[in-house]
Amino acid sequence: MKRRDFLAGAAGALAFPGAALAQVDPPDQLVRALTNGAPVRKGKVTLVLPQLADNGNSVPIRITVDSPMTAADHVKSIHLYSERNPVPNMANFYLGPRAGKAEIDSRVRLAGSQRVTAVAKLSDGSFWYDAAPIVVTLSACLDES
Amino acid sequence: MRRLALAAVALAAGVAFAQERAIAPGELKSGSAFRGSGLRALQNDDFANPGMLWVERGEKLWREPAGKKSLACASCHKDANMRGVAASYPKIEKAGGKLVNLEGRINLCRAGRMGAEPLRYESDELLALTAYVARQSLGAPIATRIDGAARAHFEVGRASYHLRRGQMNLSCAHCHDAQWGKRLLSETISQGHPNAYPAYRMEWQTMGSLERRLRACLSGIRAEMLPYGSQEYLDLELYLAWRAQGLPIETPGVRR
Amino acid sequence: MAARIQIPREAKRGEVIEVRILIQHPMETGYRHDDVGHLIKRNVINVLSCRYNGVEVFRADLSSGISANPYVQFHTVAEASGDLEFSWIDDEGERGSERQSIVVKG
Repeated sequence: MKRRDFLAGAAGALAFPGAALAQVDPPDQLVRALTNGAPVRKGKVTLVLPQLADNGNSVPIRITVDSPMTAADHVKSIHLYSERNPVPNMANFYLGPRAGKAEIDSRVRLAGSQRVTAVAKLSDGSFWYDAAPIVVTLSACLDES
Repeated sequence: MRRLALAAVALAAGVAFAQERAIAPGELKSGSAFRGSGLRALQNDDFANPGMLWVERGEKLWREPAGKKSLACASCHKDANMRGVAASYPKIEKAGGKLVNLEGRINLCRAGRMGAEPLRYESDELLALTAYVARQSLGAPIATRIDGAARAHFEVGRASYHLRRGQMNLSCAHCHDAQWGKRLLSETISQGHPNAYPAYRMEWQTMGSLERRLRACLSGIRAEMLPYGSQEYLDLELYLAWRAQGLPIETPGVRR
Repeated sequence: MAARIQIPREAKRGEVIEVRILIQHPMETGYRHDDVGHLIKRNVINVLSCRYNGVEVFRADLSSGISANPYVQFHTVAEASGDLEFSWIDDEGERGSERQSIVVKG
């Protein structure tokens, strides 16, 4: 294969990270401590991340869960997972009917390009998730300041 | 030895360069123009901009008495509006005739008038005070002077900016005059202006001064980082301010 | 530990309000090395809690995966006038707290 074609192919793969990381359910070992093997369904949760991080030290995320947030039907907690960070369970957020709205914003550290997963536990005991890919590149220059 | 070399280059180049600017005033772009929309939005968010933690601290320190005389900045400055002050630095200090940046001016006040210990570069306190004072100039255009005693410093600063250095043998001009707007790996090279400093840099995960940023660049091209407060940095800061004349102050900037 | 809280000064009873907090903390991961190669010990805020007039309405378990100078935004229902009080603890046991009051009408 000519070098030019190889580089073009590699560039193409990088250009569509979403395509490269096909949507799959969160691996059981990642969420087992939370779900204890219960099914985790795609839906209700929306995880928003930039496609390309400005810097892996601080990436803005927003997790929204579609829920009426009433006493009878609400989000109990939202759990954030990384498939590549040294600590996979990045954060847990505990809500309840007093929240009024199930939406969390924060800024996270991501150790390289990966898929981030958010799992919501509802008051009826069910689990729902969303996952989003992100490209994280290293800084162009070494900084030893 | 190094300063003699720079001064010699400055002298020789002074006549040739005149007041030529590599980037015309109409073409000046702040560093925020080269960052992603996410970082710009964070910088413009007065609450979530992490640099504002230091600005708030600076506001408290401004009113806190310090040193033997138990004076606070506010004791002398009272309700004086500090707007425009940061935009005029670096400048020649009337009393001593030396070129001084904002950090230096704060320490001159502390040591000279308050009987207090000068603050170290990159200490939380100095960053907070510098950020607070610079924030008062938010939106004010950079307006430093290079006449009189400042002229010699300006020439050395300009020579320094154009000097090749480090293992990569690059000068500031190679990237920031000749290649701004182009990519360096996945990053876009900025014009290298000082108008947003002190700034919160994601790479540092904290607030940092302009001198820290200069040191970061030096390490990036594998050149020797000079100690904080070096005369060469001060002269370079003056040149950078001249180069950015008219750009509004954005402190605290949020940078990659 | 310096922190900033942003909530509306006033709200109508039953209104869902946005609560934002920004805390100055390095969130040291425990994976970085200093100039001479020694590992810098991990120290992160591991629990953050918000009490509204004494009742916990929000809690977060944080880790090294949360950025330095942590920022969190969530929501709560404006039920009564009073205080929203945040408290947090880091790995070294250092505690921080900050409060902000709200006036709820209707």
